[in-house]
Amino acid sequence: MAQKTIKSEFFKGIWSDNPVTRQLLGLCSVLAVSNAVINGVAMGLAVTFVLVFSSLIVSVIRKIVPNQVRIASFIVIIATFVTIADRVLAAYFPQLSKAMGPYVPLIVVNCIILGRAEAFASKNKVGRSIIDALGMSCGYILTLLLMGFIRELLGNRSILGYQILGKWFEPWVVMLLPPGAFIMLGLIIALFNLIENKIKEKQKLR
Amino acid sequence: MNLLVIFISAVLINNFVFYYFLGLCPYLGVSRKIGPSISMGMAVTFVLSLTAVASWMINHWILLPYGLDYLQIVSFILVIAALVQLVEMFIRKVSPPLYQAMGIYLPLITTNCVIMGLALLAALKNYNFLETVIFGVSAGLGFTLAIVLMAAIREQLDLADVPRPLRGAAIALITAGIISLAFMGFSGIIK
Repeated sequence: MAQKTIKSEFFKGIWSDNPVTRQLLGLCSVLAVSNAVINGVAMGLAVTFVLVFSSLIVSVIRKIVPNQVRIASFIVIIATFVTIADRVLAAYFPQLSKAMGPYVPLIVVNCIILGRAEAFASKNKVGRSIIDALGMSCGYILTLLLMGFIRELLGNRSILGYQILGKWFEPWVVMLLPPGAFIMLGLIIALFNLIENKIKEKQKLR
Repeated sequence: MNLLVIFISAVLINNFVFYYFLGLCPYLGVSRKIGPSISMGMAVTFVLSLTAVASWMINHWILLPYGLDYLQIVSFILVIAALVQLVEMFIRKVSPPLYQAMGIYLPLITTNCVIMGLALLAALKNYNFLETVIFGVSAGLGFTLAIVLMAAIREQLDLADVPRPLRGAAIALITAGIISLAFMGFSGIIK
């Protein structure tokens, strides 16, 4: 039984509670950095790092921190890990860090992280909090990758910088621009809703 | 002239919602009716202007002179949180009707990326004091414009027959995409 709940704790982040398509959290970063797959990967890893470590610390100190100052202390913890991620990226991948602009520091106000700290890590044991954080990060990364994949392929004919489609394909430049991001995310959410509705209908028939 | 360029660019061309994708949570959350969306826009504009001033002071008087710019993220977020709290208490004491109108939005604004984004972008662009203030005010006006436009469209959208999977966030995002497409037409104003 315990095994199963841990598994469902992980998978709820990917599908039923997917932070982006279900909870609509962290949309800013998803829209902004998904114009190329590589940016999505970097952003996803940075968010995973911050989410896992801040969940860990929040869960460890959850009984020590008084209730009134918990949000403030969560924010400081998150800001610390975001600073680490930001500095590491700037030091080892300066180009990538430049391409993502202010969006790495902005992880600090990414609602996914504060949301998980408040809703889950501050109420659960360390192990479960980390599993939850990993599941949420996976859901986030998968959505980012899906967006990045479609936008880079249609907008630039390439995946991770390698040309995939030939010259015959006229690139849809709008996909690389902000409107493409909005419309693509809207369509992806609609697709997820459609699948969810179909699954529910099947369950009802049974 | 430079200030005018900053103003137009922050309101229309590099609109915080449509260009930087900042503040989407309130943008999608509070844009169902025109009334509340105006209050939200005002509250955001107000906090943005204050943040612009506060973050500039911290950045230029404390962080940069002592080479502490790696503390930007931590110090900005703390100052913003403290500032919003203060403003909330102040408004509640001084003007209860105003508090009724925009008080409930203030706590939401603290963890809003518009505010943090403004502080970081102003630091990144190396604006001087006056430019930062103009940037803050016009970013707020741009946000207000975006959210009121969206609310006006969504009020009509409630009456429309939208396909089921598209209802809610999906159609809102696609609408935002189309507005953003229209806003791209402004990009020719400034070279």
